[in-house]
Amino acid sequence: MTQLALVIDLNVCVGCSACVTSCKEWNTSGSAGPLVDERPYGADPTGTFFNRVQTFEVGEFPATETVHFPKSCLHCEDPPCVPVCPTGASYKRKEDGIVLVDYDKCIGCKYCSWACPYGAREIDEKQKVMKKCTLCVDRIYDKNLAEIDRKPACVKACPTSARLFGDIHDPESVVSIAIRENGGYALMPEWGTHPANHYLPRRKTNLKIHEDELERADNPLKKDGKLPKPSKNEPSLDDISSW
Amino acid sequence: MNPAFSVIFLTTLIGAGQGLFLALFTEQSYAVFHLLPRQGGGFYAAGSLIALVLLAAGLAASFFHLGHPERAWRAASQWRTSWLSREVIALPAFMGVVFCYAVAHWLDMNWVIATLPGGAVVDFTVLLGAVGTILAFVLFGCTGMIYACLRFLREWNSPLTVINFILLGGASGFILAAFYASVAAPELSSFFGAWAIILVLLGLAGRGASLIRNRRLRPKSTMQTAIGVKHPKIVQKTQGSMGGSFNTREFFHGKDAAFLKLVRPGFLLAAFIAPLGLLGLSLSSPATLGLAFLFNYVGLIAERWYFFAEANHPQNLYYQTIG
Amino acid sequence: MGIFLKTKFKDRMSSIPLHDPTAPQEKCEIRKTTCYMCACRCGIRVHLKDGNVRYIDGNPDHPLNQGVICAKGSSGIMKQYSPARLTKPLKRKPGTERGAGEYEEIEWEEVFSTLSERLGRIRSTDPKKFALFTGRDQMQALTGLFARQFGTPNYAAHGGFCSVNMAAGMIYTIGGSFWEFGGPDLERAKLFVMIGTAEDHHSNPLKIALSKFKREGGRFISINPVRTGYSAIADEWVPIRPGTDGALFLALIHEIIALGLYDRDFLVRYTNAGQLVNLDAEHDEVGMFVRTEVPEEEGCYDPQNKLWWDRNTDKPVITHSEGADPYLFGEFKLADGTPVKPSFQLLQERVEEYTPEWASGITGIPAETIRRLAHEMGITARDQKIELPIAWTDSWGKEHDSVTGNPVAFHAMRGLAAHSNGFQTIRAMSILMSILGTIDRPGGFRHKAPFPRPIPPCARTPNTPLAVKPDHPLDGLPLGWPADPDDLFVDEKGEPVRIDKGFSWEYPLSVHGLMHNVITNAWKGDPYPIDMLLIFMANMAWNSTMNAVEVRNMMTDKNENGEYKIPFIAVCDAFHSEMTAFADIILPDTTYLERYDVMSMLDRPISEFDGPVDSVRIPVLPPTGDCRPFQEVLIELGTRLRLPAFVTREGKRKYRDYPDFIVNFETEPGSGIGFLSGWRGKAGEKFMRGEPNPKQWEMYAQNDCVHHYELPRSYQCMRNWNKGYLDWSQRNRITRYSEPILIHLYSEVLQKFRLAAQGKGITRKPPQRHAKRVEEFFDPLPFFYEPLETQMSDKGKFPLSAVTQRPMAMYHSWDSQNAWLRQIHAHNHLYVNASTAKFYGVEDGDWIWVESQWGKVRCMARHSEAVEPGTVWTWNAIGKAAGAWNLSPDANESQKGFLLNHLISEELP
Ligand SMILES: Nc1nc2c(c(=O)[nH]1)N[C@H]1C(S)=C(S)[C@@H](COP(=O)(O)OP(=O)(O)OC[C@H]3O[C@@H](n4cnc5c(=O)[nH]c(N)nc54)[C@H](O)[C@@H]3O)O[C@H]1N2
Ligand SMILES: Nc1nc2c(c(=O)[nH]1)N[C@H]1C(S)=C(S)[C@@H](COP(=O)(O)OP(=O)(O)OC[C@H]3O[C@@H](n4cnc5c(=O)[nH]c(N)nc54)[C@H](O)[C@@H]3O)O[C@H]1N2
Ligand code: SF4
Ligand code: SF4
Ligand code: SF4
Ligand code: SF4
Ligand code: SF4
Ligand SMILES: [Mo]
Repeated sequence: MTQLALVIDLNVCVGCSACVTSCKEWNTSGSAGPLVDERPYGADPTGTFFNRVQTFEVGEFPATETVHFPKSCLHCEDPPCVPVCPTGASYKRKEDGIVLVDYDKCIGCKYCSWACPYGAREIDEKQKVMKKCTLCVDRIYDKNLAEIDRKPACVKACPTSARLFGDIHDPESVVSIAIRENGGYALMPEWGTHPANHYLPRRKTNLKIHEDELERADNPLKKDGKLPKPSKNEPSLDDISSW
Repeated sequence: MNPAFSVIFLTTLIGAGQGLFLALFTEQSYAVFHLLPRQGGGFYAAGSLIALVLLAAGLAASFFHLGHPERAWRAASQWRTSWLSREVIALPAFMGVVFCYAVAHWLDMNWVIATLPGGAVVDFTVLLGAVGTILAFVLFGCTGMIYACLRFLREWNSPLTVINFILLGGASGFILAAFYASVAAPELSSFFGAWAIILVLLGLAGRGASLIRNRRLRPKSTMQTAIGVKHPKIVQKTQGSMGGSFNTREFFHGKDAAFLKLVRPGFLLAAFIAPLGLLGLSLSSPATLGLAFLFNYVGLIAERWYFFAEANHPQNLYYQTIG
Repeated sequence: MGIFLKTKFKDRMSSIPLHDPTAPQEKCEIRKTTCYMCACRCGIRVHLKDGNVRYIDGNPDHPLNQGVICAKGSSGIMKQYSPARLTKPLKRKPGTERGAGEYEEIEWEEVFSTLSERLGRIRSTDPKKFALFTGRDQMQALTGLFARQFGTPNYAAHGGFCSVNMAAGMIYTIGGSFWEFGGPDLERAKLFVMIGTAEDHHSNPLKIALSKFKREGGRFISINPVRTGYSAIADEWVPIRPGTDGALFLALIHEIIALGLYDRDFLVRYTNAGQLVNLDAEHDEVGMFVRTEVPEEEGCYDPQNKLWWDRNTDKPVITHSEGADPYLFGEFKLADGTPVKPSFQLLQERVEEYTPEWASGITGIPAETIRRLAHEMGITARDQKIELPIAWTDSWGKEHDSVTGNPVAFHAMRGLAAHSNGFQTIRAMSILMSILGTIDRPGGFRHKAPFPRPIPPCARTPNTPLAVKPDHPLDGLPLGWPADPDDLFVDEKGEPVRIDKGFSWEYPLSVHGLMHNVITNAWKGDPYPIDMLLIFMANMAWNSTMNAVEVRNMMTDKNENGEYKIPFIAVCDAFHSEMTAFADIILPDTTYLERYDVMSMLDRPISEFDGPVDSVRIPVLPPTGDCRPFQEVLIELGTRLRLPAFVTREGKRKYRDYPDFIVNFETEPGSGIGFLSGWRGKAGEKFMRGEPNPKQWEMYAQNDCVHHYELPRSYQCMRNWNKGYLDWSQRNRITRYSEPILIHLYSEVLQKFRLAAQGKGITRKPPQRHAKRVEEFFDPLPFFYEPLETQMSDKGKFPLSAVTQRPMAMYHSWDSQNAWLRQIHAHNHLYVNASTAKFYGVEDGDWIWVESQWGKVRCMARHSEAVEPGTVWTWNAIGKAAGAWNLSPDANESQKGFLLNHLISEELP
């Protein structure tokens, strides 16, 4: 069985929010849209987004890490948001594991959002239905798009390619390999939701310097350190003593 | 969570309605076994009607919670998995039975169904009452389970949630029944009143237990599991939306800790202590009993507000700081 | 409880959805153009449905962004449909005051007649009374041409506020710089040191490269008082006190020289390290390189007539003599007794006292960290050498079998450039990069065409007020690169000719002009009052001004006669900005989706390391309302004013419109050099140089709006001294000279100014009041001094430094009208190190006042562990003036946001 997912590499994510607005842009004009913006030019502008980037500071100065953390629906393999939905509007697709909301069935009771531990669902305050990341289901199968474009909008946009997309049930997919090889992990594993989306941790490259690397025979100082010989005519002890 | 008044009214109103119905049928059961004098059909009919009004008001309130009330009928479809769907079925079913119960009493449809060994006569209204009772408990169960089944809302995820829905709804229904009786059948008000005291005490114990339990809860999700970084000190700096979002509106009550500290004794006082005092004062004065119900109901609104406010959703870990 | 409470989800899968999320999308028309949500200029595809923009994504075939796009680029739709757009020419309502923002709509004809009448009068009396200043635009080739043709010296763009120290410091040292003209080769680097960079002009490409670099195991160190954005993913964050990087670099140089970790071969051959400096204090030429008589070639720019002291023969020889190997250290006497030292010896003496311990006290970085950084740089450069099997020939005719490189790359931006000691700091950084041997080599710094250029580049401003003549073009370029005091644009008394005092003794190397001075100086009438200020794409009432409050007052200030001190202000903007409120006339510009534009080799093209690239914008939408591209406005004005470049000899219109101008304009008749380098020649068969091609736009359109010329591999590196490349570049008229561009570890240019200040030499001398300052700061070797504003402020009273950063999701002050981006940054906070905040009793979220000697501003504080304790910072230009940008009066930007520019000044305390 296929389970499509995103893998987000925190090792390279610079928190640029390209994934945030490209997602908004694609989805607001696509089948998931329009996505409302309230008070767009007024106080406390707010709207529906499927993906947001947050920032956390880890540790204390000077040993601080700044972590940029994009989050959208994790397309859980055992999604608690689905069974609680009274209308069947929330569903998980058998064919690819994508969790979706059927807007025409949704009554806007918000119950599913209570059942998502990750805060991945947002009600559209205008259309009054629950919305969330669709994994760009309207892109990835669209035969009208060129092959390379059949990817989620955020994945295509991400300048650091921190967002990988694929089937985590296929051990040879880019996402499975990335999870396997880079210590990919799931969020809040304690709830047994088995998020399909995974995150890759920061990895550090250090340089170890060995003492002998600093003192080597090919050191140019050995050439340059030599000063020119003084002229023979310059005064010396020879001029005043014969011992 | 951010308490929604539609849901507060829904749960408290139908709770009182269910309680009132249970009270009426308790009395009828006593009467069946000749432990109390049997009342005329009008007493039950009018009482059930009051219950029905409460249930209907609750149902109406719930519609305000929906983005698309016109599609509410769809909510009945997922009874296999969704407690909310089950509630959506149980509530009208219960209302239907209560309605029938009222009509049966009104029209004296006392067709005998069976006679029990002790000579107790089970008539049609008793049968309806028994079905109604089962449905009342089913409905309590569904309503409670809507909250109790959310395993990461740990304040709710406990049998106490269901038990308290039953006890608090029952208590308010019995107080209301006592008040009703003090007007319609004064000889019964002390019966309902006594039960009400018991239920209020049980409710206080149950709610007290959940308060104590919740105070001891240690969050299972932490900043560390939320973002998967293992360091004791993680502080959020931005959440990606400075004007707020659904996540900041739906899951935070927006009041400070001091307010919460005030609500807790407030609702304990109003929903439990004051009614107990008033019931202790008199089990027959309509004024006192009316006041007791009023206190209790207002107290329950506060209790329900607190019930929501106290629940700390793990998603909140991601929405700590605007920056 | 478990069983009782668990609702197990059992494979309950989808029924047929009512709302089919995969229903085929409406078909869109796709057009390609170039993004201008920022200066990076990525290729985009605009998806249109019924003439409306539906979606904008990155063009996968574009060399710059390779298909990716950023947060701003993806929000282009909301810019296009922003309610803050200007759609009709506006005139200040008669009887209303400037700044009140009351306007009435007018027609373009009135705009043109008003402007050409006024400009015509100015031009035929005193052209310098017209000042044209532009902001973050990318058409300086045209605006500069217009100013020059008009005859005014008073022209500059954002550069003077922005990159001037970076450009000047590096170009005067290595003949190229970061920003648009060069960058780190992260493809091959092993160690990457990023200093004072938040976002960048190279936004997406840098992100692409950084991620690849990290994934391939490169080590990334960020030196910055703040850890956000790029620094977040650094392997090591080195917090530094603002304005002290110079000290760090000097200590690194100290340590690298002391341990012999410098690349000797590189220094010898490609820098002036071995050249002998005259140390005869009595000599007029003291501090200059000793020169010998060699037959000077025609057109030779930097004659190869300096000396080395040869180790083999122990004699002075002409540099690069066959078989010679110079001493880099030592002290020698020429035959005539002149004491000389190799410049590297002088550098070593200079950094002698700049020990890591010394720098530690200044920068706040532990001395052992500084040492380790030096070792990491030196060892990586020395031991991880790259060798590519590419044969090339150097300028002295020596053939090399391979191109080698030292994989240590640097990148630096405003964090260095924007401090008043930035020039010397950037000199120090360039020298550090040079002694590590990383200039235009694989894995190090790489140039982008049209750089490298001679040091300094050949462009010069006039050096006399006589160059400004009524009804004549300016005799020279309005901006340039002085090589000595004789190149300054001053009068016989040594006083400035330009309104911003650029290229005067006050600001001698102000290579981009000083846009932030213009309003203050015009208001003061110092050096003279002007009649008309034309502002294009600059928010000089807010972001590109220091001391914003005062500057806003100056624009509304009147003289005794009740006339505005700056009589006429015209503003061309696309939005209701803070600036438009002060305009007497507003010219509504198009957006980037509505106009033609060129990113020309004459300005700042999008070149890659591997060769020149220029690009264009082609409109995908018609102009909104009555707005009109500023390019068209300039061509129309130029034509009406009969500026020679825009009319025929008979005074007739030469160009139909801007696209026609771009195709047909040549720098001189028949020069074959125009704005675009691609598809020149009658049939588009030539590039760089060739006759106008009437189909040039179509060809750009068919090629992703880009012309990318990939140099032969042997021309892609070592370009300062690459004979093949330099000859190619000369043949293609990218440069006039093909002489090698030796790195100026020791800067003679600076020494010439110093000599003038000391009264030596034959060049012009500064007025007395400037002599001391020029003598002190024009040091041919880098030195450290505290930023001037720090030196002059009371540290007891103002103990903290405040800096700004660009948020990746906002461009300057442009994007508050963008409904999506402003949800990400609706207002700004002041970030304060938690321990500093506690010390001052500031809680997280408190409202506080921040004060400098120039002013104070109220803001909300946030605690942070990712900022050095002596620094506070905020996002730049998020705070807005109430009423601007068509935001509601209660918008967060004006109610909660703030602008740090209220706390700075263009003048010293
Ligand atoms: N405190 C602080 N101040 C700074 C800086 C800092 O880091 N900190 N950075 C400085 C730097 S590096 C720079 S470059 C300057 C930049 O400063 P400016 O060049 O003044 O940039 P903006 O503030 O964005 O103003 C640009 C104007 O262009 C308008 N505009 C946008 N698109 C178009 C268009 O298509 N056509 C026209 N005609 N107008 C358009 C916008 O509406 C806006 O009014 O700011 C400087 N100011
Ligand atoms: N998204 C976005 N991109 C932009 C722009 C934009 O407005 N938005 N503007 C464009 C323009 S015009 C420009 S000029 C570039 C500028 O690009 P940057 O030079 O990256 O400009 P800033 O964002 O001002 O970042 C300056 C950095 O230097 C640090 N810093 C400050 N003082 C010091 C210091 O003394 N030493 C060190 N080591 N670091 C210091 C600050 O913390 C900050 O991280 O960006 C361009 N790209
Ligand atoms: S687009 Fe990529 S780098 Fe930018 S915030 Fe999203 S995941 Fe991170
Ligand atoms: S992340 Fe939340 S909304 Fe998405 S599938 Fe999991 S539980 Fe459901
Ligand atoms: S909000 Fe919609 S999707 Fe969510 S539970 Fe209610 S009906 Fe289902
Ligand atoms: S997969 Fe599509 S819907 Fe989901 S976050 Fe990415 S762009 Fe948005
Ligand atoms: S980096 Fe600049 S040019 Fe590139 S997509 Fe973003 S806004 Fe556009
Ligand atoms: Mo800039």
